[in-house]
Amino acid sequence: MRRTRLSPASLGPRDVLHVGSAGLRTRPMRVVLSALGIAIGIATMIAVVGISASSKAQLLQKLDALGTNMLVASPGQGLFGEQVKLPKESPGMVGRIDGVRQVGATGDLSQSVRRSEKIPEEETGGITLKAADEGLLRTLRGSMASGTWLNAANGRYPSVVLGHVSAQRLGITRSGQQVYIGGRYFTVVGILDPLPLAPEIERSALVGWPAATEALGFDGHPTSIYERSTDASVQAVRDLIPHTVDPENPRNVQVTDPSSALQAKAATEGAFTNLLLGLGGVALLVGGVGVANTMIISVLERRHEIGLRRSMGATRGQIRLQFVTESLLLSGLGGLAGIVLGSAATYVFAASGGIPWVVPLWAVGGGFGATLVIGTIAGLYPAVRAARLSPTLALQAA
Amino acid sequence: MNATTDLTPGTPGPTTAADPTDPTDPAADPTDPTDPVVELAGVTKAYPGGVAALRGVDLRVARAELLAIVGPSGSGKSTLLHIVGTLDRPTAGAVTLAGHDIATLSDRRLSALRAQHIGFVFQSFHLVPGISARDNVAEGLLYSGLPRAERRRRAADALDRVGLADRMSHRPHELSGGQKQRVAIARAVVGEPDLLLADEPTGALDSASGAAVMELLHDLNKEGATIAVITHDSEIAAQLPRQVRIRDGQVVADVRAAAKR
Repeated sequence: MRRTRLSPASLGPRDVLHVGSAGLRTRPMRVVLSALGIAIGIATMIAVVGISASSKAQLLQKLDALGTNMLVASPGQGLFGEQVKLPKESPGMVGRIDGVRQVGATGDLSQSVRRSEKIPEEETGGITLKAADEGLLRTLRGSMASGTWLNAANGRYPSVVLGHVSAQRLGITRSGQQVYIGGRYFTVVGILDPLPLAPEIERSALVGWPAATEALGFDGHPTSIYERSTDASVQAVRDLIPHTVDPENPRNVQVTDPSSALQAKAATEGAFTNLLLGLGGVALLVGGVGVANTMIISVLERRHEIGLRRSMGATRGQIRLQFVTESLLLSGLGGLAGIVLGSAATYVFAASGGIPWVVPLWAVGGGFGATLVIGTIAGLYPAVRAARLSPTLALQAA
Repeated sequence: MNATTDLTPGTPGPTTAADPTDPTDPAADPTDPTDPVVELAGVTKAYPGGVAALRGVDLRVARAELLAIVGPSGSGKSTLLHIVGTLDRPTAGAVTLAGHDIATLSDRRLSALRAQHIGFVFQSFHLVPGISARDNVAEGLLYSGLPRAERRRRAADALDRVGLADRMSHRPHELSGGQKQRVAIARAVVGEPDLLLADEPTGALDSASGAAVMELLHDLNKEGATIAVITHDSEIAAQLPRQVRIRDGQVVADVRAAAKR
């Protein structure tokens, strides 16, 4: 008698796919319903990540436009807590630092800005009065909503430029109107556009340096020096400013980077989405349980098929592989549908908000990877059960 | 026995050679008793709780035999089928199938043994719903390692052989019971097994279809297939050249109709 070597033939990838999808093809409705759970979970996660990434992309775009090369020097606190003053010449000195392109300065004034003298002095509306030099607008990359910026001509006369918030608060809509400052009326010559990098200017009324000195008793000491340098020299400039402004007490000079606040906002964008992401994870988990449930039912229903396959020579491993493949296909389909749904939801959100559409590749890859992991886990137990099924029991007549 | 393995209709050849490339089989009496396909020696199967389904069964099935294993329900014939088909192992005794002692084989190797040497036909057909007759038959070769195109080609040949060449693309629900059973037989023989085990193959069929199925089994046997039909029906058993009667887990009679040799 001839004896052949007994080693089970392995299934090719196409056969594995064929056998693994056999159960799905005969029950399409069940496939749709059990893949739906996974799809909803993945869609939630993709949408949450996509929407926060889109918002972040928009912030970064804005930041790009505003530039991250602006620094603000302001007086710190002295050794004994007293308010120190920056030297009058400091804007000019900062302007001479290597790499600095533009310099602008403001000096705080104490007078209130009111619509007319009939309004009580205490009602400042949160508007601060500042003296501003000509270079400020260019340094801030600001623009005028109406009227003109302070210049050598109007800077000498009682004229004022309003930030857009202070204009709103005062009810000034166009240049030419008047506001009451320090006992006399100033003519509004211009209103600024919003300045995301300098919200304190948005809430200010700005008068020219000479007018402030003559009419409002400004002592000429700047309280904020804005400078913009080349991108490469930002760090060097930052280190040099205190020594340049106040060589004797460099520690009295505080240098801040207004764009860092926006950067921090961009970085934390999405922090609040952790909760939503967690919800998506729960949905995904529930979807995985649904897949496991479907698979267990599938194994119970298909006992005869399992017995038949075993009688035809399928090894336990091949039965396991069949059901894990089925589970993977089931959850993989759900995952793909979820990625499409989540990306579409992000697109709708981005399109309606006019922000860029960003779906991070890591989220897509991670989401799909998660479905495969869940599919494997959900399929493993039913598959092991199927493989352990005794072929004789499985074949018992129905 | 010659090594022709071609399934082409009209050139009936033996269906017992598992390896088409092996030319070493000597020409011999088709039921050479020295070349048993199955040999059971003192096989006992006891279930937990002390129920013994088989008690010391000795059985030899020679190549190209056609036999009935007949007994009432509860006689142990199903257990015997499972043990001969290597779906179950005996608690005592030895089973040798196609030269392999199954006690020494792992589950993996037993699976391979089934894939290469045994074909099953069941009372309730167990066809896969929703796929064509041809694909159902090709499933019988899925675990053989043959490429898909070859499996489909052989499936077509096997369907032709059982007389269903015109039903290739019909799905199970479009076939009559007798046709379904013939598809199932085609699936069992497509791998050219050394042993075909048919468990109540006519049990779910009307008498006409049943007779056709039995005739098909006779024809396959004439072409050289070794076939064991498990049945409770003495009438069906009486049509076969050898009848092994089982009662209470023991062989009570082993009758050969000499004329059929």
